[in-house]
Amino acid sequence: MRKGSKKVFTLSVVVLLTVGGLTGCKGNSSSSDDSIDITNVSYDPTREFYEAYNVEFAKYYKDKTGKKVTVTQSHGGSGKQARSVIEGNEADIVTLALAHDITSIEEAGLIEKGWLEEFDKNSSPYTSTIVFLVRKGNEKNIKDWSDLIKDGVNVITPNPKTSGGACWNFLSAWAYADYLYIGDETQIRNFVTKLYKNVSVLDSGARGATTTFVENGQGDVLIAWENEAYLTLEEHPDEYEIITPSISILAEPSVAIVDDVAKKRKTEEVAKEYLEYLYSDVGQRLAGENYYRPSNPEILKEFSDVFNLSINMVTIADFGGWDKAYEVYFQDGGVFDQIYTQ
Amino acid sequence: MVNKFKRTKRRRVIPGFPLSLGITLAMVSMIVLIPMASIIICASDLSLYDFVKIVMAKDVRSGYMVSFSCALIAALINCIFGVILAWVFVRYEFPGKRILDGLIELPFALPTAVAGISLTALYSDQGWIGSIFAKFGIKIAYTKVGITIAMVFIGIPFVVRAIQPVLEKFDPQYEEAAAMLGANGRKTFIKVIFPEILPAMLTGFGLALARGIGEYGSVIFIAGNIPYKTQIAPLLIMSKLEQLKYTDATAIALVMLVVSFLILLLLNIIQVHATKRTT
Repeated sequence: MRKGSKKVFTLSVVVLLTVGGLTGCKGNSSSSDDSIDITNVSYDPTREFYEAYNVEFAKYYKDKTGKKVTVTQSHGGSGKQARSVIEGNEADIVTLALAHDITSIEEAGLIEKGWLEEFDKNSSPYTSTIVFLVRKGNEKNIKDWSDLIKDGVNVITPNPKTSGGACWNFLSAWAYADYLYIGDETQIRNFVTKLYKNVSVLDSGARGATTTFVENGQGDVLIAWENEAYLTLEEHPDEYEIITPSISILAEPSVAIVDDVAKKRKTEEVAKEYLEYLYSDVGQRLAGENYYRPSNPEILKEFSDVFNLSINMVTIADFGGWDKAYEVYFQDGGVFDQIYTQ
Repeated sequence: MVNKFKRTKRRRVIPGFPLSLGITLAMVSMIVLIPMASIIICASDLSLYDFVKIVMAKDVRSGYMVSFSCALIAALINCIFGVILAWVFVRYEFPGKRILDGLIELPFALPTAVAGISLTALYSDQGWIGSIFAKFGIKIAYTKVGITIAMVFIGIPFVVRAIQPVLEKFDPQYEEAAAMLGANGRKTFIKVIFPEILPAMLTGFGLALARGIGEYGSVIFIAGNIPYKTQIAPLLIMSKLEQLKYTDATAIALVMLVVSFLILLLLNIIQVHATKRTT
């Protein structure tokens, strides 16, 4: 009798474990009839924007189709987010800091080729640029990139090898030096090397760098996303100033549908709608209100009192496109590594 | 053979030896052996030349140096203060002892990122503690000192919790006997108490060291992450992963794994010898 009950116990444990294991593997189809949930995997500073946008989109979608849509957001360093999608984080949509990160998802076979042309303006519904954030009063009198290489100026910027935003920072500095020295490679390198010698903390992500500058009071100047700089101003009025350098880069954060996942979860239609609505007047204004530059020139004009529209901007095309730029500057052993070994 | 098995089986407190052994093996395989094996398999894609090239790269070497040296110093600090803390908790009665004793485990429970962020806020030159040191020109956060402090924080419970039970079991009569035989305080500690707690201290040291070497979450915030200065090895692994260089990352990880294993093994051997001597 005792032996029998023991066997029953053993058996039931095995059965329970197996059942538990199997239910864990059960597929997840997202949509019941009248409610859909989709996941948008994004990068750090878009948190506030998409929070607001998701509410607007849900309203719009409900009116249009009668279905209730819930968007789950995920934020983190752009590269890290791309990797999590490649490794199986089921995102229907990715909205990342640079095209290169989406290309790496494409190379993993999850996004179909030609995604860059799928939506308007290189699939960038909003753009941003790189500016300086300094403490009120601008004690070190920082006006342009050339002031960042002066002795005693303490610069905060994240590491381009782990942060998408930091790649834009690096390339803007490079673009400035390129203009200043009319393409003389050695002098440009020296300029950028000097700049990074002044960097005291090299955080792994853009938000981390902002925290280091704002909360922990490090550094005289933070090289930051324009929208991140405005958010800081909003949160700490009268403590910081934004300085727009003479040359910066047109940062085009890209968006794409993760075709593989969307097909499997049957969310292609709503995902497409979600990204297209970013280009609508509502989406564009919302981007502007969250300090992203709307890609629609008409709506951008509405925000001309916020953004410095006369800033001289280079684009990633001037560097031969993302893949080439990444290869040259940020790969192991690339220019960024070289300036630290010099 | 069969008979003997049956007899021992009957005497077991927890029934079901085959089942419990099965669960043990399954658990150990799933959470330790298989993940470790996958690191080795993944790294074995590399030729020896490539492997050496990756792990001997200048930035990787300096990353190892930072991680290992800071973890070593932190573990040593933890040993000294761990013994003092454990001694106080076991031997003295004072109000609030239970609460203090419980607080020791907080570093286990606290998310490491939270620990890192709060330590950085405290020790940066604008923070409460950091500003005091900054007056004397000493920088703590964003230097190796900061990294070491984070590792001390996460490692201290290992040492305290390893030594405490040994001290609790330690009979004060031994000390009395030593005193009767004419040993002074220092001699009693070195000759009587220390050999008794040494094995436990080594365990705590080993665990704190291993934890410090692999620590990412809390250190990343307080380290300045400047290449060749304050970049820890786990950050290099992260940055390789971000570039989707999985084999490179596992190669760096494998070296850390092997070194950590060797340290723990060595400590185990010393410990066995130490235990033999005292019993």
